[in-house]
Formats: sequence, structure tokens, C-alpha cells
Amino acid sequence: MNSKNTLEMPLSPESRVRGQMARRARRVVEALIVTVLGTSTGITLLVTAAILVVLGVETVQFFRQEEVTLREFFFSLQWNPLLGGEKHFGIWPLLTGTLLISVIGLAVAVPMGLVTAIYLSEYAHPRVRAVLKPALELLAGIPTVVYGFFALAFITPLLKWLHEGFNSYNALSAGIAVGILIVPIVSSIAEDAMRAVPNALREGVYGLGGTRFDAAVKVVFPAALSGIVAAVLLAMARAVGETMVVALAAGSTPRLAYDPRLETQTMTGFMVQMAMGDVSNFGVEYYSLYAVAATLFLMTFSLTLLGAWVRRRYQEKYE
Amino acid sequence: MNDRSGQPLHPLLADPALLRARLRPAAGRHRRERLFYLLCLTVAGSAGLILVLLFGTITIMGLTTLSWQFLTAPPSPSAADSGMYPAIMGSIWVVILAMLAALPLGTASAVLLEEYRPRSAWIRNALHVIELNITNLAGVPSVVYGILGLTVFVYMFPLFDGSGKPVVEWGVRYYDQFYNEADTVLLVPASSLDAPPVVPTTGLQAYDANYRPVTLRVIGPDDPWPEDPERARVTLRSTDMGGRISEKSWYYFCLPFGRGVLAGALTLALVILPTIIIAAREALRAVPDSLREGSFALGATRWQTIRRVTLPAALPGIMTGSILAMSRAIGEAAPLIMISGIVFLSNPPRHLMDDFTVMPLQIFNWAQRPQADFHLLAASGIIVLLVILLVFNSIALFIRQRYQKPLS
Amino acid sequence: MSEMLETPFNAGASATGATSPVSSEPVPSSVPAVRVADFNAWYGEKQALKNIRLDIPACRVTALIGPSGCGKSTLLRWINRMNDTIPGARAEGLLEVHGSDVFAPDSDVVELRRRVGIVFQKPNPFPKSIFENVAFGARLHLKLSRSEMNGLVEWALKRAALWDEVKDRLHHSALSLSGGQQQRLCIARAIAVGPEVLLMDEPCSALDPKSTAAIEDLIWDLSEQYTIVIVTHNMQQASRVSDITAFMYLGELLEVGETERVFQNPAHPQTRDYITGRFG
Repeated sequence: MNSKNTLEMPLSPESRVRGQMARRARRVVEALIVTVLGTSTGITLLVTAAILVVLGVETVQFFRQEEVTLREFFFSLQWNPLLGGEKHFGIWPLLTGTLLISVIGLAVAVPMGLVTAIYLSEYAHPRVRAVLKPALELLAGIPTVVYGFFALAFITPLLKWLHEGFNSYNALSAGIAVGILIVPIVSSIAEDAMRAVPNALREGVYGLGGTRFDAAVKVVFPAALSGIVAAVLLAMARAVGETMVVALAAGSTPRLAYDPRLETQTMTGFMVQMAMGDVSNFGVEYYSLYAVAATLFLMTFSLTLLGAWVRRRYQEKYE
Repeated sequence: MNDRSGQPLHPLLADPALLRARLRPAAGRHRRERLFYLLCLTVAGSAGLILVLLFGTITIMGLTTLSWQFLTAPPSPSAADSGMYPAIMGSIWVVILAMLAALPLGTASAVLLEEYRPRSAWIRNALHVIELNITNLAGVPSVVYGILGLTVFVYMFPLFDGSGKPVVEWGVRYYDQFYNEADTVLLVPASSLDAPPVVPTTGLQAYDANYRPVTLRVIGPDDPWPEDPERARVTLRSTDMGGRISEKSWYYFCLPFGRGVLAGALTLALVILPTIIIAAREALRAVPDSLREGSFALGATRWQTIRRVTLPAALPGIMTGSILAMSRAIGEAAPLIMISGIVFLSNPPRHLMDDFTVMPLQIFNWAQRPQADFHLLAASGIIVLLVILLVFNSIALFIRQRYQKPLS
Repeated sequence: MSEMLETPFNAGASATGATSPVSSEPVPSSVPAVRVADFNAWYGEKQALKNIRLDIPACRVTALIGPSGCGKSTLLRWINRMNDTIPGARAEGLLEVHGSDVFAPDSDVVELRRRVGIVFQKPNPFPKSIFENVAFGARLHLKLSRSEMNGLVEWALKRAALWDEVKDRLHHSALSLSGGQQQRLCIARAIAVGPEVLLMDEPCSALDPKSTAAIEDLIWDLSEQYTIVIVTHNMQQASRVSDITAFMYLGELLEVGETERVFQNPAHPQTRDYITGRFG
């Protein structure tokens, strides 16, 4: 009932109860929604946990196999898991294969990527940027099989024409293709880092009689160094994890890799080779797949973490 | 007061001769500037050159074998007859299923991380860990997801017998297939894949080649063959041996998933999940707070605000991000090769557990072969793949241009 | 400060063109350090400066005052062609520094900016050490041995009234200094390359009163050797620090003269209105 002295809305007792029930229902719905959303988000944690568990458990199984010893894995220089009689399980051939191709890739991508980044950030006309940036995004969007094919169809014949020592499958060709593939990563992260440097610093250089080169190389680049280092680390992580290019162009012979003209197998290349065969007999070859995957994961994970840490720790404060 | 000892002008700067001796020639500095600019141009130009070489090689090699037949035929041992059809269909299956799994999950995670700001420090830290985790997941090589998918979806951590053979199945029927002396096909039902071979007896319910039910007549090994063609059609000798076949309907389902489309799609979903979360978060972040505040001011709850205001506003951004995630998914080969291996398919997938291949894998398959003819096919496949990617990216760009208007 | 200061350094490049920093003839103090005549400037289509005519005398402090948007910063920045870095900015007319045309085809912008230094409104030290900041400009232009560079940095910091405060932490980051210290560092950095003219674009507007006072003292001290042109929106500062004041309004130079006279007896009605605070 309305009281004469208040401004209460005229609500009958029934509608008031209905209102309370509706509010309670909404609260329940809200709680439910949060639970659902939270669970979905929790799945991302589950994925990481699954990766760690799967790789961990199966690697332990690998080392439990009688043909394998820890010492051999870390110190033997031969990897022949598929040989009938003499199996060897030293990780070094695959590891050096991965490193050789990644280093070649970085040697291509870092100079190209950094110079491109400096150009885009410090020199380029807006019209040039409007063409170059999409071109780089295009490079980044091309599926990696295409780069593998390009390595086989163009780069390897070119290398062979330049010098006869190149095998039809060789590390240099794959390394170059991987390098082209990761240039956009280097250039876009480095460019972002350089564009974040405030213009006041560039003006300071010009005011002292410096050229654009002086500003770009002596002030902006060092100021953005943490982001640039992070860019290189992330690019390396990508190169290490690259699979299709090396599967197509580098070959499947594990060896201690120091000669880029020879056929070389990487960790990822080995994984593909195993996948193409029959993996279901659960022998020692099957478990070796996990050991290699675990090594790969550790490498890329540390590189990614290191890159993020460098970026955060050395983030330049400009004022 | 600060010490101003020394000269008002530095001796170096005060003596003109000394100054002139020490001054760097300006011409050299300008030359260095010009050289560096030239270097920048060269490098930027070589990026363009690489694109030209890439597309040029592919076009030259691929244009000749591109044809309508290429798009609709299955691969075959002869390069001239090979086509990409199963791979195209396989890609469609896998990508659509992957998006069905990843999009809701990813959007839900993005909504939670962007829209809900918990008051408790403990939960805030937990969310921060989750964010870090997502960034790390984005950096995991896709092969590792492939291995994960192999263990979790294909074999399901030897939870079952570990041999990879299906343990629980729905929607399949097994038969022993016999060819009798009249060269007619007769199908006798068997109970399972591993059941012992069925012994044909008279009166057993069987099926003909068109799955019409017939009644078997079995005669001894030395009995005369019936004259009547009707009876001959349903006659088997007791010593005949059949081969076990399976008939899987479209809703076939088994555990473990085996090396089929579902396992591949789920693995691919894991690969693109971080991408979708990051893109959805950016889309949500772009929605101005004033919209949310207006909704709260009217008394809406958080979920009501999200459902009615924030999500619709972020929808174009989420769609753009999804389409870009799909383009990435179409091009992924590494995780799927771990799941499917290299298979020789004549048909697109017929059910969720069926063998499959995708376009990048088909390209890989052809590119690997030593014969040059197959390399041309690989190039044609690449052209098809790139065209599809171009279409997708154009759609995403179109959505972005058309629908992402400023919201406040 | 009316006598001529006859250091060879100050003699400027009166005859030999911008590429050689000095001539051997003493220059009478009646030759202005900067001459501006029939000077117009635009940003794109919008005209920012109209027919400016101004002579800036050597070894004095000249203040450019006026309400915001009047073009004083624009004019200042044209003196060492800083506006070249702004796309769409162009200028026509005569602008001479120590007798040489700033826009002559054979003039060297890099050398011009060495001889005409600039200090900005917000201190912008590089994210390097204090020592490296001061040495930076000097390294661009001069080839010096390590001991020479040490001596130059010490001299510049002393001249900028900063040495005592930083002498024990020369290799610490310049960003660890306070605002006022950073601005003095920027001044030290500017004088280390050996300019003849110092441009200052509202150098104290981002600083607290104590630092402002320190810098105003410094300006007074520096004007013995350097020609200083300061843009300020603070009239009290202009009257404290400058010898000559020029009042600008809407891109035109309305009045210029000795500071005391301009403030006490402004000839132009706009000047009077601005100085008395009618608008600003």
C-alpha cells in the first residue's frame, strides 16, 4: 500500500516478489556464465599442461627403452633410429641440423629485416609504406609449403648452377627459404619498437646537425634495442620450429651439420619423416619422436620466454 | 654557484684553425647518408623481387596443369590424370570443424580476460598467468601441436588398448565379402572387425551388392552348381573364403578417434586457438568503455552488457580475426601431417573418422616426388591454395573497411 | 655589453659562405647575427609568417613574444631550418646567419645546425649516459681524441652550470636527472658543438620555478658569447632575460625594440594590449 509520505513506486506484493525472483535468476545466470567462460579459458591452461605431460611422460618412456641411455642421447654423435641392427640415439645430428638451418635463416632475415625496419620507420614516404607493409604481410601469410616448394624449384637449382657441390637436398637452400619466411617477423617487431621511440629524440639529433642516418642508427636503433633483440629471438624460435620447408628441401639424412651443401635432417624434419611412416607399433622409434619433440619444445619455449623477458626488462623509458 | 672555471669558450672551439682541422667533412657525411638510403632501397626492393620470383616460378610451373579437371579429380599415379578434389574437400571439412571448436572457446576466453576484472588479487594473478600462457602457446611450433594431437586425439594416450584400432564404435557394420562362382558379390554380416571369419550356412541372412537382403544357400565343395541363375546368385560353397569389409555410415563414430578428420580438426583448433583469442581480445578492446558504462548505468548486469552491447560492437573485428585465423588454418600442414600421415585418397572424407588430406599436404606430397610432372601439379595446387587465401583475406579486408566504423 | 666581442670564433662566416666556419676578419657588432627580410612561411596552404623583417644582434638575448599561434616558434625554427623536417613546410625570403643565406643551394644544412643550436620546450636527452649525451653532437661534427672529448664534455657541463651536480655520475643515465637538470644537459649538449647562435623554444615552460630561475641565470651568462633567440609566452621572463624583444601577432612582426622600451612604452596598440594582459 502506498504511504502518503513516500515516493515509492506503486508495487503490489506479488510483483515485488516476482522482481526478487527475477533478480535471483539473473544472479544465477551471471554466475553460470562466469563459470562457463572461466572453463573455456582454463582450457588454454589445460593445453599447456597436456603438452608438458605428453612430452614428459613419453620422453621418460623413451629413456626407459633398453636401446637408449641418457648418455647416448646427450653425447653420441649419431642418430639412426630406423636402422635394423645398429640403432643410435644421439641427439646431436638433429640438433646441429636445426641450428645450421636456423643460423642461415637468421643470417638472411636479420640484416634484411632490420634494414627494412629502419627504412620503414625512419625514411619511408607514406606512399612507399602503403606498398611495402602489405608486401611484407603478404610474405608472412604465404603457407610454408609454398616456401618449401620455392626452395626445391628455384633456390636449389640456382645454387647448383652457381656451384656444383650442392646436393639436391641441402641445408643452404632450406635455410634461405626459412630466412625469407621470417623476415616479416623481424621487420614488423623491430619497426614497432623503433616507431615507439618518441619523435622528440629525432628532433634532438637534427637540432645538433645530425642526418637521418645519424638519428636512425645512433639514437633510435639503440633506444629500441630491447624490442629489436626480442624480434630476433622470436624469429629464431620460429626458424627452429619450421617444418615443411626443411621437410621438402633439406632432406632426411641426419648428420653432424657443418656443410650447408649436404643433405641435412632437422628435428622437425625427423618428426615429419616418422609421421609419414607407420607409427603405431609403439617401438623405440615411436618414443624417439617424443624425445625429439621435447627437445624442440624446450628450445622454442626458452627462446620465446627469453624474448618476452628481454622486452619487458629492458623496455626503454624515454622520459 | 657552479664552477665556471676555464674559458667561456672552449680552446678547441675558440681557435678557428684548430676547429677547421678537427671538423669532419660534411661531404662525407652526406655521402654516407645517401649510401645508406640506397641500401635501404635495395633491401626493400629485394623483398619485392623475392615476391616476384616466388609468384613467377609458381605461375610458370602451375598454370599449364591447372584445369577444371584438376579441381574435381582425385590424385592418381599418373600425373596427367591427377587432381586435387579430395584435398580441397578435406581442407573444407577440417577448417570448418576446427573453427566450430576454436571460435566459441577462443571468444569465451577473450571475453573473460577482457571484460571481467576481478577484485581479488589472487584471481587477477591467475588471469595474468593465463594471459602469459596464451602468449607462449602462440609461439609453440605447430608440429608440437601435431604430436599432441597424435597422442590425445588419435591414440588417446593409450587409454584404450594402444594399438590405434577402434575400441568403441557406433554406426558401422562389418561383412565378409564373398565372390561366388557366378561372380556375384555376397555380403554376410560379421559381428566385429576381429570376429572370426563367418562360416556360410544355408538360411543365413545375407545381402547382395546393393544391400538387398537375400537368403544364403550353401552347398558342399563337390556339389553341382545350380542351373537356375536365381538360385546361383545366392549360392556359396562351404569352403569359400570371404574378406572382411566395413560399411561406415555418415554418422560413424569411434574411440579412439584414429587418424581421421575429427582428430585433425581438433588439432588444428588447438593451433589457431591462441590466434583467435588474441584477435578477439583486440576487437573487444577496441569497443570504447563509454558504451559499456552507458549500459551499466542503465542497470544491466555484466553479462547482459556483454551480450547486448559489447559483443555486437566487437563483432566485425571478431569476424575479421576469425577469417584471418581460417586463412592461417588452411595453410597449415605440419600438425596435420602428424595426424593423417601421407595417404592416397580417392574420395573426400565420408565421415568424421575417415582418412583425409588437406591442400598443403597434397602439395607436399606431389612436390616430394622425383618426377617433374608432379612438381607442375604441386605448383597448380599452390595456385589454387593462394587464390583461396586471397579470397579469404579480401573478405576480411572488406569487412574491416565496411563495418569497423568508429563506435563513439 | 655594448662593446664588440672580437673572438675569432664569433667572427662568423661573413664572406666565405656557410661551409667554412670562421673568417679572420673581426665583425663590427652592428652586423646582425641573423637577418630576416621579406620572409614568408607556410604550412601547406596555410600561411604562418607574413613579411617578417628582423635583425637579431650578435651576443644579445632577443625574445620573441606573442599569443599562441602567432608564429614565433615557426620563425625560430626556420633560423636553423628545423622546419625542413616537417612535410609541407616551406619558406620564401631572405634569412641570413652571419651573412650567409640559409637557403642558398650550396649551403649545408648540417653545418648550419652546428652553428645554430636549438633547445626545445620539453627537455629531450637521449636515453644514454650524461657523458654520451654531451659528446653526441660533438662526435657528429668533430674528430677528437678521448682526452680532448673528456675536456670538451667537462667544459660544456661547466658552462651549462651542471658540472658540480653530475661530475660523479657522468656515466649514469641522463634520464635519472630532474627536469631542470635535463634541460641544462640539453644546453650543454648544444654548446658542445660550437654554435654561434642558440635558439631556445620556450625552454622553461616545462620546468619548476627554481629550475627556471637557474636557466634564466644561465641564459644571461651565455649571452656573453652566444647570440640567443628565445621564444617565450612568459612576459616576465622576457623582460627579465632579454635585451631585445620582438612582438608577433598572427604571423606578423608588429614591434621590435629594446626590451625596457617595449615593455614600458609599447608603440603598437596590439603590443600594449598583449603586455597588459588584455589577451594572450
